[in-house]
Amino acid sequence: MPTAQEPTLTLNPGAANGPSVAAGGTWQVHALAQGKAMATITGLLKSLKADKVQWDLSAIDSMDHIGAQLLWNAWGKTRPPGLLLAPGQEEFFNRLETTGKLELPRPRQQRLTWVMKLGFAMLLFFEHMTGFITLIGQLTLDLWRFVRAPQRGPWKEISANIFHAGFQALGITALVGFLIGVVLSFLSAQQLRAFGGDIYLVNLLGMSIIRELGPLLAAILVAGRSGSSITAQLGVMRVTEELDAMLVMGISHGFRLVMPKVLALAVSMPLLVIWTDSMALIGGMLSAQVELGLSPQYFISKLPDAVPLANYMIGLGKGVVFGVLIALVSCHFGLRIKPNTESLGRGTTTSVVTAITVVILADAVFAILFNGVGF
Amino acid sequence: MANDALVPEKACGPGASTGELTLDGSVPIVDITGLWTKYGRTVVHQDLNLEIEQGEIMSIVGGSGTGKTTLLRQMLGLERPARGCVRVFGEDISEIGSAQLQQLRNHWGMLFQQGALYSALTVFENIAQPMRELQVLPEDLVRDAVLLKMNMVGLGPEHAIKMPSDLSGGMVKRVALARALALEPKLLFLDEPTAGLDPDLSEAFVSLIKSLHRELGLTVVMVTHDLDTLFALSTRIAVLAEKHVIALGPLQDVLKVDHPFIKEFFLGDRGRRALEALDEKTLDEKTNKDH
Repeated sequence: MPTAQEPTLTLNPGAANGPSVAAGGTWQVHALAQGKAMATITGLLKSLKADKVQWDLSAIDSMDHIGAQLLWNAWGKTRPPGLLLAPGQEEFFNRLETTGKLELPRPRQQRLTWVMKLGFAMLLFFEHMTGFITLIGQLTLDLWRFVRAPQRGPWKEISANIFHAGFQALGITALVGFLIGVVLSFLSAQQLRAFGGDIYLVNLLGMSIIRELGPLLAAILVAGRSGSSITAQLGVMRVTEELDAMLVMGISHGFRLVMPKVLALAVSMPLLVIWTDSMALIGGMLSAQVELGLSPQYFISKLPDAVPLANYMIGLGKGVVFGVLIALVSCHFGLRIKPNTESLGRGTTTSVVTAITVVILADAVFAILFNGVGF
Repeated sequence: MANDALVPEKACGPGASTGELTLDGSVPIVDITGLWTKYGRTVVHQDLNLEIEQGEIMSIVGGSGTGKTTLLRQMLGLERPARGCVRVFGEDISEIGSAQLQQLRNHWGMLFQQGALYSALTVFENIAQPMRELQVLPEDLVRDAVLLKMNMVGLGPEHAIKMPSDLSGGMVKRVALARALALEPKLLFLDEPTAGLDPDLSEAFVSLIKSLHRELGLTVVMVTHDLDTLFALSTRIAVLAEKHVIALGPLQDVLKVDHPFIKEFFLGDRGRRALEALDEKTLDEKTNKDH
């Protein structure tokens, strides 16, 4: 392990040709970085600055460009008169003399008033909107192409995506659905018991889970799971130029990447909704038995009366729409990622946040559109 | 067999770590003894020995899959050999403490094949990063030092505020070299320094490394496939084949070794062309000197 001596500066006020300063030790970045060497040296250099002194560097045992630069800056970027150098040190200062005048270009100042910032935000929003609409348009064309020649469609990709986004999400959706069902049932039971309305627990749970919570829960989980992975996958494909390679071979991004994901989520989301619904209801049912003593037989026999079939259909419809939206949003952000790590991280975050927001917005639209249906 | 990999033998003899300056040339700067590398049941290196002396430019060559880059990564402490000892600056790097390893790391620089620039940082910030990491250098010193390093590798200050994604392949290599040299290392590792550069750029890069080697007194360890780079730069060549170093020495000595890989690699069409070019060049230089 290379070790170093501490860099030193010694002032000799009574030398023959006026006051002189002798530098010694190791003037290398590693020596300067050790302990308090840097603070001591800069302090000494500052106190010497105004003095007209003779510099003697011949006692320095080894030097590098950073050490030389430190002295050079203290001298005000000129060679002091009567400088004494050891052989070999000349090179450092020659190089510093040729490069000393280099200036860093000023980065362009960001002088934006809030009006301009708002303007840019609006422009960015419109850019995203046009991009999204283009994506939907492309998807429509691809779907048409798929319908006309289904035997040449990307079946393998679709099936792989159903496996990843649907089958592999079964575990987490079951767990979260079950727990939410338990909690919801437990809390509602306590309230309902206060009014003596225990038997309405079935109506409350059935309605809220099947119509609202099941689809929303599944969608949020899928947005976090598959949405982020889709965006990251497309982003990495951009970074590694795979997207360009596909274009060069004449393979359309829309047909081979976007459409399979959209179709896969459109198929697997409603199935996940059914799955989450049933898990949440099982959770609620168990909790109801423990808390209120409602038997599962009663719960199940009461369910069809409490929840009209229309609600179930609305839930499935929501599943399809949410799935399509999640796939589109994550593809949209994935394809916009620029080839660097920061953009990849930011794109993935934005994609998940946007997908969840869009899902909740769509849920609100559903609530308004179907406000008279299923009661 | 599997157990061998789990318990790395302490093959380094006693008295390895002296904690003293070992830059006087008495100890090889890199010393590999009895090194084994295994991936599963595949043995890549078998009882491999290699010494790299101070101030030389050592090129490691070999067919693909002979573990050249792995060897480089083992010298850097990025991978651990299954068995054997890798000593850098006289320190066994698999035994060394993390604080010491950090110190050691400030004494070497590595140029990765693809540059490995931080894509979220500008050129300036990329080169300044190792200096800023020390947390003692004042910002104006860092700025001047970065500009100096950029000048050394032939980059003008106008490139300082560019992002790595805006740079051409040759510029990425230059920036990466400037970053590797940021803390004035004594030891520089190069992984395929000229891969992906066009011949002009590659020649310029070779002469850049040559001049930096002379100016900074570097020891360079290089993995390369490019025969022109190999012949132009290396003072010694280590040829990896059959899990060993089968030849080690200056180019002339390596050429004399009778081995099918060496025959094919150096004395194939490609190799002969590069050698001819080299001979012409040295002849030219000699005649220029005579006049």
